[in-house]
Amino acid sequence: MGNLSRRETLVLGASGAALVVMWKPAHAGPPEAAAAIAKFTGGKTAQAGKIAIDLPEVAENGSIVPLAVSVAAPMAADDYVSEVLVIAEHNPFPEVVKFNFTPLSGKAEVATRIRLAATQNVTVLAKTSKGAFFTAQKMVKVTVGGCGG
Amino acid sequence: MAEGPRLKVPTQAKKGEIVEIKTLILHVMESGQRKDEKGKPIPRKIINKFTCTFNGKPVFSADMEPAVAANPYFQFFAKVEESGTFKFSWTDDDGTVTTAERKIAVSG
Repeated sequence: MGNLSRRETLVLGASGAALVVMWKPAHAGPPEAAAAIAKFTGGKTAQAGKIAIDLPEVAENGSIVPLAVSVAAPMAADDYVSEVLVIAEHNPFPEVVKFNFTPLSGKAEVATRIRLAATQNVTVLAKTSKGAFFTAQKMVKVTVGGCGG
Repeated sequence: MAEGPRLKVPTQAKKGEIVEIKTLILHVMESGQRKDEKGKPIPRKIINKFTCTFNGKPVFSADMEPAVAANPYFQFFAKVEESGTFKFSWTDDDGTVTTAERKIAVSG
């Protein structure tokens, strides 16, 4: 990068400070995440598997992290993925988004963009119309997070 | 404020085909975590619900929290058996609902 002029250093510092002021939440933790998960499953155990999570290993900007989820399960009228819940255990609130599918969805697949406050596990849970639950997890390292690192 | 939904929906498909839909709406998604220059918390104001129906039947929806990134984007699928209209809606915390529609011609 070379030597920064004093002006460049000031500008960098100011924008860094602005970033920190902008998004400095308290963090939730594993207990809050577990409670949110238990609420979704009604206390039932979720089986590992069936869910593919597409998330970067390293998120350069925690304000906009691309996420794709795909559940390898039928979408028939009498047996389909009905809900998918995304949990970020160290965000201020663990629930990120809940997707609701119907047989008309054709596929239980969705892509979106989420905010991650800090390096953490992202857990995805899927519920089927028959009351079965599946789960998968992915760790994301967040470089410039919600919390300024 | 929500502005200009942008949609990518096919205009035609074959009966039974699963089509891909992309949606984007411009919205700050104020999380409620930020503070202004005086240190005062900026209140939460987000789009908390997105829905997609086809000919009146639910296809896909999302219950959204502040951790959905600004300018909410969703890419999802719909299985079409007949021609008709997709209707999309985005609901703000303040109750405002933004809607959009797209028609699709389904053959075969």
